[in-house]
Amino acid sequence: MALDLSPIWISLETSVTATAITLVLGVAAAIWRANRRGIGPALLDGIFLLPLVLPPTVVGFLLLLIFGRNGPLGRLLFHFGASVVFSWPATVIAAAVVSFPLMYLSVRAALEQVDPHLLQAARTLGASEWRVFRRVELPLAWPGILAGTILAFARALGEFGATLMLAGSIPDRTQTIPIAIYFAVEANDLHQAVAWSLIDIVISLTMIAGMYYWTHLRGPENARWARR
Amino acid sequence: MALEVQFEKQLASYNLSVEFSCDAETLAVLGPSGAGKSMTLRCIAGLERPDRGRIALDGRVLFDSSKGIDTPSRQRRVGLLFQNYALFPHLTAAENIAFGLDGLPDAERVPRVQEKIAQAHLEGMENRLPRQLSGGEQQRVALARALAIEPQALLLDEPLSALDTHLHSQIERQLIDTLARFRRPALFVTHNMEEAYRIAANLVVLTKGRVAANGPKEEIFRRPPSLEVALLTGLKNFSRARALSTHTIEALDWNCTLRTARAISGPVAYAGIRAHYIEFVETGAQGPNTFPGWPVRASETPFGITLYIRLHNPPDGGGQHHLQAELFNEKWMQWKDRPQPWGIRLDPESLLILPE
Repeated sequence: MALDLSPIWISLETSVTATAITLVLGVAAAIWRANRRGIGPALLDGIFLLPLVLPPTVVGFLLLLIFGRNGPLGRLLFHFGASVVFSWPATVIAAAVVSFPLMYLSVRAALEQVDPHLLQAARTLGASEWRVFRRVELPLAWPGILAGTILAFARALGEFGATLMLAGSIPDRTQTIPIAIYFAVEANDLHQAVAWSLIDIVISLTMIAGMYYWTHLRGPENARWARR
Repeated sequence: MALEVQFEKQLASYNLSVEFSCDAETLAVLGPSGAGKSMTLRCIAGLERPDRGRIALDGRVLFDSSKGIDTPSRQRRVGLLFQNYALFPHLTAAENIAFGLDGLPDAERVPRVQEKIAQAHLEGMENRLPRQLSGGEQQRVALARALAIEPQALLLDEPLSALDTHLHSQIERQLIDTLARFRRPALFVTHNMEEAYRIAANLVVLTKGRVAANGPKEEIFRRPPSLEVALLTGLKNFSRARALSTHTIEALDWNCTLRTARAISGPVAYAGIRAHYIEFVETGAQGPNTFPGWPVRASETPFGITLYIRLHNPPDGGGQHHLQAELFNEKWMQWKDRPQPWGIRLDPESLLILPE
């Protein structure tokens, strides 16, 4: 039987989309959190990090409750004629939610290690808050943000439990590589399971190679912002 | 052209309460670490908000708690030179200097940056990153960056403290030149009294969040208003004292009566004399404030010696000394072999009478 390659594209599209979403949300949440103290933000931290410690099946089940026909968001979406559960967006939501904590933690750590004197110096030189962020804070935090992006992408690519709960395993629509492997094994189709595993290894190695090239092999001029 | 500063701010360990003004010249702010010097600069630059008070620059109100005015840092046009320079590590020297000139068209910005690079003697360093520059060069880039925006006032937070001794005097001279060209209010914060004396004509002495002295430097060094200020300006010898008559005081810790040059008016709490002003005279010499003295200890300095002296009677092996005197080598060579006791004179003109 010929291998249906659709899980590759679904996995990649899902991971890229989910990583893009977590990048924006993770950076926004980390900036919002950076200058706040107190019990409220600390509690919110707990919610942000919950997907990291909860079993993915629990995350998936909670998402199912939220996005299901009777859930608060599900009902709202149904009102507009849309349904998330068992659709491609569900794979993205599941991957984004489980990978968000890694992005958030990395970006927060990256922003915290930027010397606050540099931001203050920029302000005394007449820079607006946006310019301070874009020209000073972001470039200096960039290596950490990049690391968070790679971690989040890897996590999204490997996501299984929450995706299965929320998106199911619909070939050509929601079946990602990890899910394809699971069902191949369950159907006793070891050839297909091995093939998918090898493809997953190749994708992962390519990613690691790309990472290595990006952080180590580029010339000192291109990577100069990466050092302090 | 004047910077007027008057504000209060509650800090963790004390209440910072300062009031002073600075005309178009350099004002040195001298104080021990933790006196609130940096915090004062940060409030003026708009990086910290005072609890109440008013800060104005050339009549432009930067902060006024009673009117709810708190101009953001970026609109204050106050240049701040950080103690660690705070250069942007990912930008070259030229990019650092150009950072505040973003709003200018290229035709204005490029010559302005070139001019600042030339003034700071940084030709050839334009494309270097801060970590590829020496400490002195980094300091010059930071100063050029602060001056590039043509600030209405300049604040310098211990700009020389991170430099090696051999660089220190050279960079200090360049800094004095730069400040002389600036012709606007400049505050120079330091904990080094000699540096403060060399840099500025006028001094503000800050201790524990309060202005302990404010005025021309010669006046503050010659007649410090309190023991605290006297110690900050390098006084090494002091004794509790009380007035006996209009021209005599009793120095309680030195066990002697001293004549003063000026008539005493107001309270007397301490008498003091600077280590360089103690005179060595012939044994048994007559004259006011002359006592027999014995050396207890000596410690060498690069160009002379510090002598610890006991007055009135020999030390008997005990380490107690009354006075600490600084002698240059030449004088020490003449004196060291003379028979003891020596005559020690505390010239009435050199005596400091401190009311608190």
